[in-house]
Amino acid sequence: MVAAAREIRDGEVVFVGMRLPLLAFSLAKRTHAPTAVGLFENGLVRDHVPPPDLYTMSDTPNVLEAAWACSLLDVMHMLQRGDVDLGFIGGAEVDRFGNLNTNVIGSPEQPRTKLPGSGGGADIACLARRLVALMEHHPRRLRQRVDFITSPGFGSGGRQWRAHQGLVRGGPAAVITTLAVLRFDDQGEAVLASYHPFATPEAVQAATGWPLRLADDCRPTPPPTADELRLIRAADPHGFWTR
Amino acid sequence: MSASVTKLMPLADAIARLVPSGASVAMGMALEGLIPFAAGHELIRQERRDLELIGPISDMLFDQLIGAGCVRRITAAWVGNVSAGLGHNYRRAVEHGIPGPLALEEHSNFSVGLGLLAAAMGVPYLPTRTLLGSDLRQRNPRLVRASDDLLHVGAIVPDVAILHVQRADAAGHAHVWGNLGLAKEAGLAARRVLLLAEEIAPSEVLLSDPNRILLPPHRVSAVAHVPGAAYPSPVPGYYGRDHAAFGEYHAASRERDGFLNWLQQAVFDVPDQATLLSRLGDRFERLRPTSPRLAAAVDYA
Repeated sequence: MVAAAREIRDGEVVFVGMRLPLLAFSLAKRTHAPTAVGLFENGLVRDHVPPPDLYTMSDTPNVLEAAWACSLLDVMHMLQRGDVDLGFIGGAEVDRFGNLNTNVIGSPEQPRTKLPGSGGGADIACLARRLVALMEHHPRRLRQRVDFITSPGFGSGGRQWRAHQGLVRGGPAAVITTLAVLRFDDQGEAVLASYHPFATPEAVQAATGWPLRLADDCRPTPPPTADELRLIRAADPHGFWTR
Repeated sequence: MSASVTKLMPLADAIARLVPSGASVAMGMALEGLIPFAAGHELIRQERRDLELIGPISDMLFDQLIGAGCVRRITAAWVGNVSAGLGHNYRRAVEHGIPGPLALEEHSNFSVGLGLLAAAMGVPYLPTRTLLGSDLRQRNPRLVRASDDLLHVGAIVPDVAILHVQRADAAGHAHVWGNLGLAKEAGLAARRVLLLAEEIAPSEVLLSDPNRILLPPHRVSAVAHVPGAAYPSPVPGYYGRDHAAFGEYHAASRERDGFLNWLQQAVFDVPDQATLLSRLGDRFERLRPTSPRLAAAVDYA
């Protein structure tokens, strides 16, 4: 969670997805990115720090002191025109080229597990200047190739893939998991950038569904500071999202 | 004030008149808030069948209607339970055809919104740069590649939009505040609009603040006064979200039998929302705001 919050730079416009990204945005606002602006697809823009204890972006406290209460399309239009520096989403599965699947495990005709769907995730992945995805690290979640591309990363690989699809910008910058931070090389392939203090590169590889290459400067993820931990607990006092 | 015909009617009558079996129904347009659970549960009690549900995300209302056997088709960006993730009835329907098969038109939030906006604008489609490179495009005939870097999203015209609002009058003027999601677009796109209101107010109150009115009243077919209609989802100024209810439903609906028990107790054994609120008692009252957060008045003089 702390690693996720650190992806947000001060002053950025951030499109904040459902669930865990809410907390990462809140932590960033309370620490190193006080002037970051949050866009929420329910039709809210916030420049004040979000209130604590949010379960959903439409909880009534998130409306209080919002900078703008508007239509879903208003925020999507800003995303489409290129106003959003960073998009922040969760995912069920990601593959080595940063494609996210939140629609179906198995084939669409014969689904093994039907997942809820895109929500705004595919829009954020297509249209934000850079994308950060958050997920649990498990070999079933980090796969060689996802069964369905809901939210495109670098497709079948190569930095040109997005342009060939007609996408005008963007692409994944990082996948942050419960074990590690993955970043993307010049071929659009995810590499191990850092492993969390309680993990090792071997443990990360064992939980990853493809042969994971190490970034040249691969190192341990800097641990959370006492301040960051205190502020996470302030933002999620009942530990609904964090334990 | 013009002596217009009142559009006020009991919710059960409004559902009976406006939403036949086979209708396409837009609900949950404000995303996680203002979800018209009371209307959804009335559709279940009146045993509607073959509905098409249209929405961006639906939280757990769509899952409940699917499990109750009311739904033939889903046109949406997300179906599940925002607190818990997956929706068990949605999974059972798509994976195993229980209680019946379900046709899916899967979207993103933006493409659902553009489809409704196209209908609201009276045009057949709108261009967008989203979903290029997504497999959603290949499987959804409403998303058509128009050029190297544009898709067209076809218009989505719901038969009925069911929208929850804070207050309305008998003529169909309604005030909504907080995030709006796709409420306005759905209200302008749909053939008929049913409003559920926490409060019915005199027209003078609504007309005192025209910028806060959601839709022109000629777009509104009926208004039902249903306090607590969005429970357990939140309504700014009236009540917060009952998070535990979403977890309880998720646990109860894990197996089909558990869901059927839930359906009996939470829907069929509850004749209307007033009964539900009285049974909830303190549990509902605790969701009320503890202190008001009034907006400053504006002067239109």
